[in-house]
Amino acid sequence: MSAPSLGTVWRASLRRELTLIWRSPADIVQPLFFFVVVVSLFPLALSPKPALLALVAPGAVWVAALLAVMLSLDGLFRRDQESGALDLLLTAPVVSVVPVAAKLLAHWLLTGLPLALIAPLLGYMLQLPVAVLDTLMVSVLLGTPTLTVVGAIGAALTVGLNRGGILLAVLVLPLYVPVLVFGAGVVRTALDGLPTGGLLAVLGAILALAVSLGPVAVALGLRISAGD
Amino acid sequence: MWKTIKRWYHQLGSPRYFYRFCEAVLPWLVPVSLALLAVGLVWGLVYAPVERYQGDSYRIIYIHVPASSGALMGYIAMGVAGLVALVWRMKMAEVMLKALAPFGAVLAAVSLLTGALWGKPTWGTYWQWDARMTSMLILLFLYLGIMALQNAIRDPRQAARAAALLAVVGVINVVIVKYSVEWLNTLHQGATLKVVGESSIDASMKWPLLISMAGLWLLYAANVLMRARTEVLSRERRSGWVRRLVRGGEA
Amino acid sequence: MDAPRLTVRQLGCERDHRMLFEYLDFSARNGEIWQVTGANGAGKTTLLRILVGLHGFYQGRVEWSAPLSPSLLYLGHQPGVREELTARENLEYSRALSGQTGDPDAALAALDLYGFEDVPAGRLSAGQQRRIALARLWLDGKDVWILDEPFTAIDQHGVAALDQRLRQAAEQGVLVIYTSHHRVGDGVQRLHLGEDIEVAR
Repeated sequence: MSAPSLGTVWRASLRRELTLIWRSPADIVQPLFFFVVVVSLFPLALSPKPALLALVAPGAVWVAALLAVMLSLDGLFRRDQESGALDLLLTAPVVSVVPVAAKLLAHWLLTGLPLALIAPLLGYMLQLPVAVLDTLMVSVLLGTPTLTVVGAIGAALTVGLNRGGILLAVLVLPLYVPVLVFGAGVVRTALDGLPTGGLLAVLGAILALAVSLGPVAVALGLRISAGD
Repeated sequence: MWKTIKRWYHQLGSPRYFYRFCEAVLPWLVPVSLALLAVGLVWGLVYAPVERYQGDSYRIIYIHVPASSGALMGYIAMGVAGLVALVWRMKMAEVMLKALAPFGAVLAAVSLLTGALWGKPTWGTYWQWDARMTSMLILLFLYLGIMALQNAIRDPRQAARAAALLAVVGVINVVIVKYSVEWLNTLHQGATLKVVGESSIDASMKWPLLISMAGLWLLYAANVLMRARTEVLSRERRSGWVRRLVRGGEA
Repeated sequence: MDAPRLTVRQLGCERDHRMLFEYLDFSARNGEIWQVTGANGAGKTTLLRILVGLHGFYQGRVEWSAPLSPSLLYLGHQPGVREELTARENLEYSRALSGQTGDPDAALAALDLYGFEDVPAGRLSAGQQRRIALARLWLDGKDVWILDEPFTAIDQHGVAALDQRLRQAAEQGVLVIYTSHHRVGDGVQRLHLGEDIEVAR
């Protein structure tokens, strides 16, 4: 009978996912708000001394961004699952990787990308030298898509379970270690005045791996959660 | 050769054959592993010579190294079992995956504990964020994640498949974690025991280490087979051979 | 008579240590309407999920004579409608995803949703949300319909229209399999799940 072209499905899915997030602005604003709040806790907890803050700033910004992405993913598939739309996606006559990838892209565009865009501002507030703010932004820009894709695997596997939040953190945070190490590491390297090209390339390589294999794993995770 | 592997794969893929395999192997696997472990540990802890720089404290390697390697091998085995379970939908791979997790997690914990005890006299602190300790900590987290996920999903087959996907992703991750923490920090001594090539450890210390390592690995295998056997019986409880078995017959 | 589109052999499914059903045997052809009945918890939804390939843990065989997914129109227990999207957006998405053809607005109008096309589904009643999902039955391009409780939450008028639509589709060669507790009409094959599985023609 009739099967749609991949292009049609990709466009329709991307439009739908962007519309969905756009119509619940809390999903965009709250991760950003969380990011800002967590980062501003550090000077309060440690000390407002600029020298100390600049030292912990790369790690603080990165940990906050990582948690913001992870928390935003908890609901990634939940409403689709509860409404039955996920079953629609899984029984469609196209490989589910395509609509899943559209969902991940839309989510990153409206959550990960804004985080990367305000990261320099938060770095500045934590007394990072202006010269390394661009490195901070690029590192978050390269890291957040990986965080989104890897976290989505966890979200897919926990979608039907009621205790999603903490379980998701337990599954996903250990998987976030390499991105955190290299992401914050790039910024510290820049702080030391050393070249960062190699480390950015490593972040890029991890990103390429995550983006190429991740959506397949997410789609598989959704199938498993559906009961297949 | 290839044919033999294929036959094994198919036979062990059958729950009933697997059960009979366990029944045949376990009665000698458990005593052999315990005996090897005992010989290796007593030799290593009591009779092996004192190390030149570290004194007696080095003797913890007779527990630490087997536990660390067992934890790592166990996780890699889970990744392989996970891949087989996902790609070929092989039920026994799901069973093995589930059976591998608990003992592996315990070994990772033992490795961290003994590492800390060793760290005190050598580094002067119980805990260092060095590459290997950190990797082992992350490995323990990954084990606990797999067990938490399995625990949270009610349907045993669905739980096993979910864990399979997580294990495959986790194995890829372990490799990257290793490189990332090595880059972060290099303080630990390099590998002293090499399977191929010359090892920098004296034979009088090496033999007890190899023996206790073999003992612990075999004990791990025995534990896995026992857990898998129970799981197989639970999964196959409706089949004719399990019913006959319960009534006291042959499997 | 042509070969069966669907053949089910010795199908059994276990949930939470309980057999939902066992030794289920039937075959269905294009142009037939099958109603699956049974008490709550008899496994009706699970059976449909097995048939469409969403549930993979079962014993026995499920065989479709041709690949199912290009032909399949599946309506799950939940309607698959997102409240943030309008009626038309919901329908257009499912249409694009499944590769159906036909005019969404006409389909919505056939289900008395004319004038509600641009209203977010969240502001419509439960019955109207079901109708958005059911509107897919008024689009074209699918000849195996698997519907989980399609008659739930819609009024008498809607029930009559849906019943007529199912019969009309069957006449055009669609295989319809649906679950429902109530109403057995004429010319419908019945599959009862329960203590004794019963297949009646």
